[in-house]
Amino acid sequence: MSKVYLALQDNDISRYIVEAIEEDNPGVTIIHNPAMIRIENEGTLVVNRETVEEKLGRDWDVQELHLNLITLGGNVDEDDERLSLSWNA
Amino acid sequence: MAANKLNLKDKYRLLTRDLDWEFSYQERKKAFPFEEFEGIKITDWSKWEDPFRLTMDAYWKYQAEKEKKLYAIFDAFAQNNSQLNVTDPRYINAIKLFLTAVSPLEYQAFQGFAHTGRQFGGVGARVACQMQSIDELRHVQTQIHAMSHYNKFFDGFQDWSHMHDRVWYLSVPKSFFDDARSAGPFEYLVAISFSFEYVLTNLLFVPFMSGAAYNGDMATVTFGFSAQSDEARHMTLGLEVIKFLLEQHEDNVPLVQKWIDKWFWRGAQLLSIVGMMMDYMLPNKVMSWKEAWGVYFEEAGGALFKDLARYGIRMPKYVEQVQTEHMSHQLWWTMYTHGHATGFHTWIPTDEEMDWLSEKYPETFDKYYRPRWELAKQMEAEGNRFYTKALPQLCTTCQIPMLFTEVDDPTQLSFRDTVYHGERYHFCSDGCRDIFHEEPEKYVQSWLPVHQIFQGNCGGPGVEQVLSEYYGMNLGADNLDIKGSPDEQRWNRWKGVA
Ligand SMILES: [Fe+2]
Ligand SMILES: [Fe+2]
Ligand SMILES: [Zn+2]
Repeated sequence: MSKVYLALQDNDISRYIVEAIEEDNPGVTIIHNPAMIRIENEGTLVVNRETVEEKLGRDWDVQELHLNLITLGGNVDEDDERLSLSWNA
Repeated sequence: MAANKLNLKDKYRLLTRDLDWEFSYQERKKAFPFEEFEGIKITDWSKWEDPFRLTMDAYWKYQAEKEKKLYAIFDAFAQNNSQLNVTDPRYINAIKLFLTAVSPLEYQAFQGFAHTGRQFGGVGARVACQMQSIDELRHVQTQIHAMSHYNKFFDGFQDWSHMHDRVWYLSVPKSFFDDARSAGPFEYLVAISFSFEYVLTNLLFVPFMSGAAYNGDMATVTFGFSAQSDEARHMTLGLEVIKFLLEQHEDNVPLVQKWIDKWFWRGAQLLSIVGMMMDYMLPNKVMSWKEAWGVYFEEAGGALFKDLARYGIRMPKYVEQVQTEHMSHQLWWTMYTHGHATGFHTWIPTDEEMDWLSEKYPETFDKYYRPRWELAKQMEAEGNRFYTKALPQLCTTCQIPMLFTEVDDPTQLSFRDTVYHGERYHFCSDGCRDIFHEEPEKYVQSWLPVHQIFQGNCGGPGVEQVLSEYYGMNLGADNLDIKGSPDEQRWNRWKGVA
């Protein structure tokens, strides 16, 4: 299985998004680089609205992710509830 | 009472797909004259997928928020005189190169997507290109704005747009985009959205920008990551374009593969500039060019091409010919030896930097490149800082000086040539020669800066006049070694070390 990945700006909001990702994607790898956080996982990765809202303690729109997103790798699927990344091979 | 909020999919359908219309008094074919021009077959535009389902209203909302954050940081940066917080004045030269080589490409991307978006019969593709076009305009504007602050304190920032259209090494990035924009609309998307943005630009915007942060340059990392937040959407467009074309018709597969081969090779050669910036121009280094290539091309690209194999797409041709062990060293050496003709300063790496390079390039640096720098050091110590007298020969396709070596022999410069209609053309590699052979009528028109100088089209008669009058460089300030430059003298005064 290939790795999908996501990189976020290292800031206050991202910290909670990363917490949510860690909770929903067991085994995910978190790498800290200057000013950015890189998140990798085998095959798939999901960011759930509900978990992020729980961590942030406020409403959060999945499209708000764009404010902190640096880059990603994998086929994207986004709706009101989640953003997911996956490879088919 | 508030109406129920539409879900994303319905909103996208209403605000994107439903904006299309039927043509009543004009033939559809005439409205989209380039759609069949390249031989691409589209059977059903409604199969176009936009996974982000971003609509114009949400687009403006989030982009405005990004801008507010960005400009707050620019203001803080300027108010705190943060130009004094960068590692050392050598670092600023990477930013000069960025403004003259990369930012104008953002403007070219804006023009390219505005034009290309107009050419598609499918409304999903048109809207995606329209948003990207506006993004790219934002990128060039924010970059100019960020770097205008450095223009107040350092040389070499004054005439970046004029220089981009003229200077010998800047024709490398300029011609890359000129080539893409003068192609058909589908080739443009495969070139820029897929091969460049999806496969390669991470190498520019991610490790290099992280490096800017590591060198104390908050303005650059902020515009870089703000641009990159749009890039995630551009990359996704790139991947969707490929999947869409491959699913529409099997006849599209060989065309798409040919474009991937071409644009991967052109992109890889172009990015040698970024390799040089990372390995030689950042005083604090995050990762080597070779490591960045490993993470962002070999690993990420490997996963991507494995995923695309089900469509009959294979890894780009020439991937084995990308010389990540050598390219950054060879390019910086060329810039160093032509440092009288560059709009930024050059220098010999410090002893510690050379040790870092040995560690990162154990197979090649000590064997091939350290001895050159030791010689340069010795010549400099004798008051003989080396500058070459010759103008470089350029590759007709990528326009990079012939500075790269043979894949199997790093002591032998790589030259290829071909004769077309009685004229001989020169190339840096098999890739560039093959690209020429596919479309010779296009590349015989290449505006090669060195040829233009010799033909008398860039002023003169001497190189000095070309540099100062035609390129607009302030000689003695913008060019030459960092040692003894006005940039260095001012820096030392500010830091109280002079
Ligand atoms: Fe851009
Ligand atoms: Fe872009
Ligand atoms: Zn070439």
